[in-house]
This record gives sequence, structure tokens and C-alpha cells, in this order.
Amino acid sequence: MTFEKFVFYVFALITVYAAFRVITVRNPVHAVLHLVLAFFSSAGIWLLAEAEFLGITLVLVYVGAVMVLFLFVVMMLDVNLAPLREGFVRYLPVGGAIGGLMILEMSLILASRHFAAAKALPPHGPHYSNTRELGALLYTDYAYPFEIAAFILLVAIVAAIALTLRRRPDARRQQVGEQVRVRRQDRVRLVAMAAESRSAGPAEEEGS
Amino acid sequence: MSSELSDVLVPLPEIVLAGLASLVLIVDVFQRSRQRPATYYLAQLSLLATMVTVWATAPDQPVVALHGTYIADTMAVVLKLFLLLMVLGVFVYGRRYLDQRGVAPGEFHVLGLFGALGMMILVSAHSFLTLYLGLELMALSIYAMVALHRDSRAASEAAMKYFVLGALASGMLLYGISILYGATGSLDIATVGARIGDQAQLGVPVAFALTFIVVGLAFKFGAVPFHMWVPDIYDGAPTAVTLYLGSAPKIAAFGMAIRLLADAMGSSLADWSGMLVILSVLSMGLGNLVAIAQTNIKRMLAYSTISHVGFIFLGILAGTAEGYGSAMFYALTYALMSLGSFGMIILLSRRGFEADRLDDFKGLNARHPWFAAMMLILMFSLAGVPPLVGFYAKLAVLQAVVHVGQVWLAAVAVLFSVIGAFYYLRVVKLMYFDAPEGEVGVAGQGLDVRVLLSLNALAVLGLGLFPGALLGWCMAAFG
Repeated sequence: MTFEKFVFYVFALITVYAAFRVITVRNPVHAVLHLVLAFFSSAGIWLLAEAEFLGITLVLVYVGAVMVLFLFVVMMLDVNLAPLREGFVRYLPVGGAIGGLMILEMSLILASRHFAAAKALPPHGPHYSNTRELGALLYTDYAYPFEIAAFILLVAIVAAIALTLRRRPDARRQQVGEQVRVRRQDRVRLVAMAAESRSAGPAEEEGS
Repeated sequence: MSSELSDVLVPLPEIVLAGLASLVLIVDVFQRSRQRPATYYLAQLSLLATMVTVWATAPDQPVVALHGTYIADTMAVVLKLFLLLMVLGVFVYGRRYLDQRGVAPGEFHVLGLFGALGMMILVSAHSFLTLYLGLELMALSIYAMVALHRDSRAASEAAMKYFVLGALASGMLLYGISILYGATGSLDIATVGARIGDQAQLGVPVAFALTFIVVGLAFKFGAVPFHMWVPDIYDGAPTAVTLYLGSAPKIAAFGMAIRLLADAMGSSLADWSGMLVILSVLSMGLGNLVAIAQTNIKRMLAYSTISHVGFIFLGILAGTAEGYGSAMFYALTYALMSLGSFGMIILLSRRGFEADRLDDFKGLNARHPWFAAMMLILMFSLAGVPPLVGFYAKLAVLQAVVHVGQVWLAAVAVLFSVIGAFYYLRVVKLMYFDAPEGEVGVAGQGLDVRVLLSLNALAVLGLGLFPGALLGWCMAAFG
């Protein structure tokens, strides 16, 4: 067994284990953390397959952004998972049938001669950078579609803000300008009072 | 290398519009007035500047640039000029209407500009990738525009329906494109066209891809049996948005159909022309028959759109330069008529009143004879009465179909147009021979809307009297 194969099996085992734990642990925060582990190990496998860019993107985008968002959502919403787990036995036949079909389809495709004939691509030299190659393509041949995609994202931002940002008249918000401009005279009033004797009563003693 | 640098400036109109639209987005943030006058005028100025750029950079010969992702040819230039003109008209019509309904004007104009950018990219796409991205840029902007009127349940529902069905249509189109990519190994439209023409063994996958692409196109056009979304969305959206999506995107969709069917799959003409025959006959039939039963004028015009899409398909399915040219003429003039008739609904509406029932047009002649006459012109033109432009558009398309020997198709089209004439003439009858109900008035809208509507209707008349120049231009695009 070569070293690469060994690394691959380690990462693959961790991925499968983490993915399995995602759907079996009871605590949703633990499930999200296991998903992070699964993404990390998949990124490792991609690095092994010389797809560095995909691996880096998976960690940056999914682990760095999407999973953090998931954690926020899971922690903010107090989801009660008990009702979700009910009816497991009832859905088992349907779920099992669909799972079995998927396994059958995958084995049909993977066992077919088209895939068996495919040879592994020759490995690249030591100075080959997948990210650089992708970048070179993206900013030359595909520069125009790339820019259009940027505008699509801009439209998505505009649309999302336009559709969700709603100025409610009864919303309370800080008026920083007012806060800065406030003077002592507006908030504190000094009242000159004559001194009072301490024998006014026990009730006033407690209040002071 | 130097040639590649000069390449960058070939899509100058798109660059100008993208830059100015972004500028509008920024300027909009710094305005305090609720009507945002600077946004409006700057948006109009951007459209005008883009039109000037399109005109100034129009090439004599087709130019393919940016590694085969962009093409500038006569068809793209004409389509771009017209769709920008339509968006310009929509902004004028919609301005006060949106203000009266509390719709954020800044976002409407910005999304409208980005939608126009998407349409421009779409009609001058020379790669499936660019075509799809342009389509999505256009569609995303329109989905958001439909939903902009957030206090209206109907608008939210329409936006949701449009979004889901639009995504489905995009999925169909993408699936077809992916099969084509698998079969030919290229995304470049000219290369795909050449490979399909050369290699006969590609027949089965190409026919398969073609089916999905035609379904996607029919969804985007709103042709029967993929028309379900059209009436609900035309009716549910604020009229200013209906105006937008009923005019310019039709022109862009025509451009997309030509790029996909004629340019990429011209050698499978026999296959797709048969599919378009079915779509076209069903659209003309169902559109015209169901429109008769409508009491809401926005729904009626939506079904009328479906029937006109049938006519556009008639021209495309002829598969000749004459057919494409006449379909293009039809798409352009239909957009103009659609702009006018929805503009009329806006003209009659005011704060809290939509004027979208047919009964709202009763006795319009007694109150406003000039605008009743304008509506008469528009309705007659949609029905195809000479000497208005709708007649010449129909005539050109029918001629093209007859020239390729499909006389029966022309006869069916004429039959359905005659049926369709009924509901257009009913509007005329309501305006001229019925007593007015309620308060029909044009006081709700400004002078700019009245002037534009008059110009719009007179343009329909003028193009009908002198169709030669525009028709010649459309034919030259495919000559």
C-alpha cells in the first residue's frame, strides 16, 4: 500500500464516520461539528486528487461561512428534535427502498465498462498549481461570463435587501447624533434642598 | 495580444450600462426624497447613453470577441436598441404609479437596468455559458421586481410562482445545453452548430437536447402548453412591472431563440420546426379562445400575449431568413403594442384604483376622446387591422410561412386571429358605445405618461403606414 493510498483510506474512513455521526448524534450542535469534520476530510481527499482549489474553497466557504451560519441557526432556534425522530419505523420501508434503489443505480454505473475503462490521469509535475490554472482560465477565456456572474450576485444582494429590509415605524433604534449632542442639563437636574434630619423614620432610611 | 486588448472594448454597450447601473445604485443611497428624482433621471440617462453606444459601435460585419463568448451583429444591435427603448418607456410609465403604491423606486429602477443588461448579454451571446448567465441576470431581476410591492399578496404569490416555474424552465434549458455540450464538446454556438452539421451520428443526443431546449424556450416565451404562469403573473404583478415583463423580455427571448435554434442547431431545422408548429398552433388557439372569457384586462392581455407568441414562433419555424426577419419584426412591434396597452391601464389608474377590469374602460370616449382613440389604435393593431403595424407584422409572418409551403398553418393562424379580433373589438365597443361607470379619468398620472402614450400609439400607426424601414432592417439582420 502506497502512502497516498494509506492517506486516502484514513481520510475516507474519517469522512464516512463523521457523515454517519451527523445523522445519529442527538445534539444538533454536535451534528454540525461532525459535518465540519466531514467537510475537512473531503477537502483532504480533494487535495490528494490534485484539486487544491476545490479543497481550499470547501474549507473556506463551507466550513468558514456556511457551517458557522448553521451553528448560529442551531443555537438560536431552540429546535426540539424529538418530533422529528418520531415515525422512524413508519418511514423505514420507503426510505430503505429509495436507499436500496440508489445503491443499485450507483453500482450499475460504477460497475459498467465505461467507468472500468477509464484510466487514472497522469500526475502533474511538482510545479503544477491547480489554482493557478483555474485562475488563468477564469480571467482570460471566461473573463466575460465571470464578470456577468458578479453582476448576478450583485442583483441577488439588491433583491434580497429590497425584499426583506422593511422600515417599521414603531421600531426603536439608536439615534447616535442625538446621543452625542445631549447635554448634562437635559438629563440631570440638580435640585437644591434643605438638609433633613435623620430622625424622619425607618421607611426613609431603607429607601435611601 | 494587442487584438485581445481591443477585444475588451467590443462589448462597450454592456460595459456602459453595467457601470451606469452601478452608479445609479450608489446615487440612490444618498437621496433623501422618497420619490428619488435623481435615480429616475440618471436611470433614463443611462439607458439613453447605452442606446447611443449601441448605435455608435454597431459593426458592419458580425464581430466575435472575448474568446468566442460575445458576438456583435446587426440582429443584436437592433434588438438591443429596441429593448432599451422599451425599458425607457416602462420607466416613464411606471414612475408615478409605483410612487402611488409605495413601491421603492430606487430598487425598481436599479433592477430594471440590471434586467436590461441581462437582456443585452442574452441577445449578443455567442456561448451557451454567456447565454445562460444573461438569461439568469434578466430573470432574477424580474422575479425581484414582481415581488417589490410587498404589501400586495397577489404580487408575492405571482413572484413565487414565477420564480419556481422560471427555475424549472432554466433547469430544462440547462439540461438540454449540457447534453449538447456532451455531444459536441463545445459551448461555443458557432462550433456547436458546425459539429452538429458535420456529424450525422450526433442525431439522437441532439434531438434529445433539442427537446429540452425547446421546452425551456417555450416556458420563457409562455407558449402553450407551458403558459400557465403568464396570466397569473401578468395579473398579480404591479402594472408597471407587468409592463416591463410584457415588453422587453419578449424581444430578448426572440434573440435567445434565434441564437439557440437557428445559430446553434440550424441543421436540425426539420426537428425543431415540427415542435414549434405544435407550440404555435396551440398557443394561437388557446390564447385567443381563453382571452374571450376574461373580465380583467391584464389577464386578457396576458392571453393575448400567448397568442402573439404563437405568431412569433410561426416566423421562426419557417427557418428561412425571411421567416426570422418577419418574426423579429413581429417581436419588436408586439413589444411596442404591449407597452402601449399596459401603459393605458397605468394612465387610467390612480392612487388606490387599478383600472384593470374591462368595465373600467366603459365610456372612455365620452370622458377622454383622445385617449380612447389611442386605445382604439392599439387594440386594432393587436387585432391585426390594416393599416396598423400589427397587420403588417402578421402579414410578413404569414408570407414567410406560405413561402416554405405551410399554407395550412397560415390558414389556421388567420382563423385564430379572426377569433381573437373579437375581444380586442370588445374593448373598443366598451369605450365607444357604453355609458361610463364610476370615475374614469387620467388625472392620476402626469403629463409625461400622457405624452408618451400618445407617442406610443402614434408610433404604432406610423410604423403601420411606413413599415418598410423597420421591416427592411429586420430582414437585413438575417440577410
